[in-house]
Amino acid sequence: MYTQGLDQHGKPIESQQATTPELEARFLAKIDAEEKIEPKDWMPEAYRQTLLRQMSQHAHSEIVGMLPEGNWLSRAPSLRRKAILIAKVQDEGGHGAYLYSAAETLGQSRDQMLEDLLAARARYSSIFNYPTPTWADVGAIGWLVDGAAIMNQIPLCRCSYGPYARAMVRICKEESFHQRQGYEIMMHLARGTPEQRQMAQGALNRWWWPSLMMFGPPDAASKHTAQAVRWKIKRFTNDELRQKFVDVTVPQADFIDLKVPDPQLRWDEATRHYGFGEIDWAEFNEVLRGNGPCNRERLAARRDAHESGRWVREAAAAYASKQRQRTERAA
Amino acid sequence: MANESMAKDEWPLYEIFIRARSGLDHKHVGSVHATDARMAIEHARDLYTRRQEGVSIWAVRSSDIVASDPADSDALFEPARDKVYRHPTFYDIPDEVKTL
Repeated sequence: MYTQGLDQHGKPIESQQATTPELEARFLAKIDAEEKIEPKDWMPEAYRQTLLRQMSQHAHSEIVGMLPEGNWLSRAPSLRRKAILIAKVQDEGGHGAYLYSAAETLGQSRDQMLEDLLAARARYSSIFNYPTPTWADVGAIGWLVDGAAIMNQIPLCRCSYGPYARAMVRICKEESFHQRQGYEIMMHLARGTPEQRQMAQGALNRWWWPSLMMFGPPDAASKHTAQAVRWKIKRFTNDELRQKFVDVTVPQADFIDLKVPDPQLRWDEATRHYGFGEIDWAEFNEVLRGNGPCNRERLAARRDAHESGRWVREAAAAYASKQRQRTERAA
Repeated sequence: MANESMAKDEWPLYEIFIRARSGLDHKHVGSVHATDARMAIEHARDLYTRRQEGVSIWAVRSSDIVASDPADSDALFEPARDKVYRHPTFYDIPDEVKTL
């Protein structure tokens, strides 16, 4: 999910560095035995690079993910909903911070990761390039986008890299309130006035397919899946998780009488799964390429925030420096 | 100048340890970047105790932590490997003997 476009730019994943066969064999044996790899343990350079890319992109996704819902903080329909939305958006900021911390253990500075994001060299999840035109979109995001994220993040709690797995455990604990918050919004709207029902249905129509795209390209088109599975970075394939998501979410839509916008959606009694229609991968690729509805706006918002905050960072650093000098002089 | 170099370079990294409730140990939960100790504590509070998971925070400069090298693990921990008699299960005490 956070490895979108890993194969499309940047350094090649396959490293030229020589690896001792014995070290590599020991590394694989640890993976096979479900042991965790910790920051100072030996690891293949390609493992390090893959994780660094995935974890930093995951962190970027959390931070950029604050923006679509951030749009509604000043417009929430009630004080209760506003307070709850603030808490959710704060959590997303916190999740980004956990992930940057974990990614830094692999030897790249946070400043470098931020620079890559702001220079559009690094990616974040495609889903956050869509707009939130109505309050119902806030509900749809919590229900579907956080729902898809949870589907992906629970297996990541068992990922082979210790710091990533531990960050995931913490994140998963916090994420379930996010999904419930979103579903509760949808439930209230779906059971409200005809206009509210329509708003909820409209949001579902807008967010359903992009949420399915969150799981990444189909397995057949995903070059790195085999290696990621071998290294236990990925515990389930894109298609497996996507299928799981559809299977659990459709009944949730049924319960509040909202219609999933897929004429080909049908329950298959033989396989005990929902069959669903073709995803528009052309749209997905356009969004990855930077041509989604809000790509430019999202990046501009992040650049603005970074620039506007510069004086605060400099003031904090200057103050700390002054205090240190005072202490040294007094000593 | 000192301020500029700090703005350009990273703020120092602090490792954060939280005591969730009195009676428990401080546990490592992650890290924060901060300019000084007070900011480290406040950022750690904002980041790691949003759900009342903390009664106490320790912030330690990452550069102050001394860690054993995983490459040395075998040699470092070897002395314990052949001393299985340190475990209670090594001793065969008949069932009739109580409270032992």
